[in-house]
Amino acid sequence: MANVAIPLGSNRLERTRSIRERIDIPRRVTLIAAILVVLVVALLLAFIGIRGTRMFFEGGVPLTQIFSATWDPGADPGQQTFGLLPFILGTIGVMVVAAIIAAPLSIGLAIFMSEIAPDWARNITRPAMEVFVGIPSVVYGFLGANVLVDVLRSNFHQQFPLGYSWFAGSLVLSIMILPTITSIAYDALITVPGELRTGSLALGTTRWQMIRHILLPAARAGLMTAVILGMLRAAGEALAVQMVIGNRAIVPTGIGQPIITLTSGITLDMGNTTDNQVWNMALWTMGLILLLMSLTFVFLARRIGRRGAAI
Amino acid sequence: MNRTLNADRIATGVLWAIAVFVVAILLAIILNFVLKSLGTLNLSFLFGDPSDSAVGGIGPLFFNSIYLLVVTLLITVPLGTLGGIYMAEYAHEGRVTNAIRFSQELISSVPSIVVGLFGLALFVRATGGYTALAGALALAVFNLPLMSRLAEQAIRAVPDDERAASLALGATKWQTITRVVLPIAIPGIVTGIILTAGRIFGEAAALIFTAGSSTPTHFDYGYFSLTDPRSPWSPFHTATTMSVYIWHINSESILPDSIRIAVANTASAVLIITVLVFNLGARGLGRALQKRVTGA
Repeated sequence: MANVAIPLGSNRLERTRSIRERIDIPRRVTLIAAILVVLVVALLLAFIGIRGTRMFFEGGVPLTQIFSATWDPGADPGQQTFGLLPFILGTIGVMVVAAIIAAPLSIGLAIFMSEIAPDWARNITRPAMEVFVGIPSVVYGFLGANVLVDVLRSNFHQQFPLGYSWFAGSLVLSIMILPTITSIAYDALITVPGELRTGSLALGTTRWQMIRHILLPAARAGLMTAVILGMLRAAGEALAVQMVIGNRAIVPTGIGQPIITLTSGITLDMGNTTDNQVWNMALWTMGLILLLMSLTFVFLARRIGRRGAAI
Repeated sequence: MNRTLNADRIATGVLWAIAVFVVAILLAIILNFVLKSLGTLNLSFLFGDPSDSAVGGIGPLFFNSIYLLVVTLLITVPLGTLGGIYMAEYAHEGRVTNAIRFSQELISSVPSIVVGLFGLALFVRATGGYTALAGALALAVFNLPLMSRLAEQAIRAVPDDERAASLALGATKWQTITRVVLPIAIPGIVTGIILTAGRIFGEAAALIFTAGSSTPTHFDYGYFSLTDPRSPWSPFHTATTMSVYIWHINSESILPDSIRIAVANTASAVLIITVLVFNLGARGLGRALQKRVTGA
């Protein structure tokens, strides 16, 4: 942010500035372009906020009903229940299990890339991560629905009677968030000063002792941020999850069950409902909850990052 | 002592195993799609109509993906570059700068399905239905901050000596920016554009409710109109993309299984190959431009 302070041309004793220079059109034009993003954020928050609360104001659904476990939007008017608990818990459940699978692998890979990999191996893993991030989520979803689900159903029929399940969703997500966590964790690890490494090694520790007792504690805040941002991506992912999770609106109790998430609920029903149905309003409420969840994660990541920087 | 040495050896082994495992998964995914689409991936599939043959083509969807990419970049590249110039050359610490930074960070964390909802509420209404323009605007929502960051970083990376030399010769600040700083920053900006292009190309969740997800049957490319939604060149035509199509045919049983799987496999292969080409292209082009600019 430190702007380059070059005093040339601003010396009033030498020459007066023309009107054109004083108004400084380029500065204003570029400022408008830069500020556009603030406007977009404001509009987005406003639109999702307003449409997301219509269910309570116009739909007449009491606020507490979103914590109900019953989702029955198709019943006769008056009999409908718009419990969003299955969606909220589904999103959290899928996200947490995905992080449990992906975090050890990603952090391990990040350690490998920053501490162990010889140049040739790093020249493979870094572009590999970029390609990994670039593969569209529908591709992962299609692969999950056509390969993973079949494998689960035919080989573990007892645990996964349908194949479509919480676990399938988490597994697909874990592959998708692996490169996210890896690259942020890698950045956290390489910013740990080299003196800490050489100091530790000079005291006679092995490389692994150095990694465990010096490197990982020093990079802890960055690693936590990495996992949180990975979870954020998992919670917001829509299509890949919807394709493999089974989409049954129940409160999840077992990893082999078909369940539902906020994102899959929205994708599934948005096209089948119209603006003035309370059902439709409930989908916008899901979007609002999703937005609030991601904002919470961003704030969390920011706070941890700042605290980590202070140490 | 022996135990610590063993622990070190084991840990090293485990970390190597993780790296090999992850790279193997990626290779397996890529190979899976390339091998499965060997029989179907040809020019008539890529440019043909979905109703053409037994396998069906993805011509209109491929066209829409590229169309959306181009329109999105037409919006975000100029605006993002201008925004980047402001942040790198003019911005001072303060509330405005903080608000911009904060907004950029916030947008990049908003789930794409929520951006899709936003587009449905605003752009779809404004453009009169599921249109390519509504889709491109939704894509621009999360591409714009990214573009702006990339441009800013590329501009910041230009050494201050270049600016000082230009100003010392009597150039104004704006002349310095446009004739000295930007040309040097362009390789970085172009690399960034290509890398984000890959993401735009594969995005689906934000497009379902903005650009639409119906199956187009036939595009009449000979009919050019910018206002008639029936013309594929119009920003107001419904523009289902390849990614959306993969999702669409897999979540609604509109195609027989064998065709569905063949089409999805092949379209996935096209998407993956595009990502690979974009990645390699970004590196290559960035390096080539660097050479031309620096003359080294």
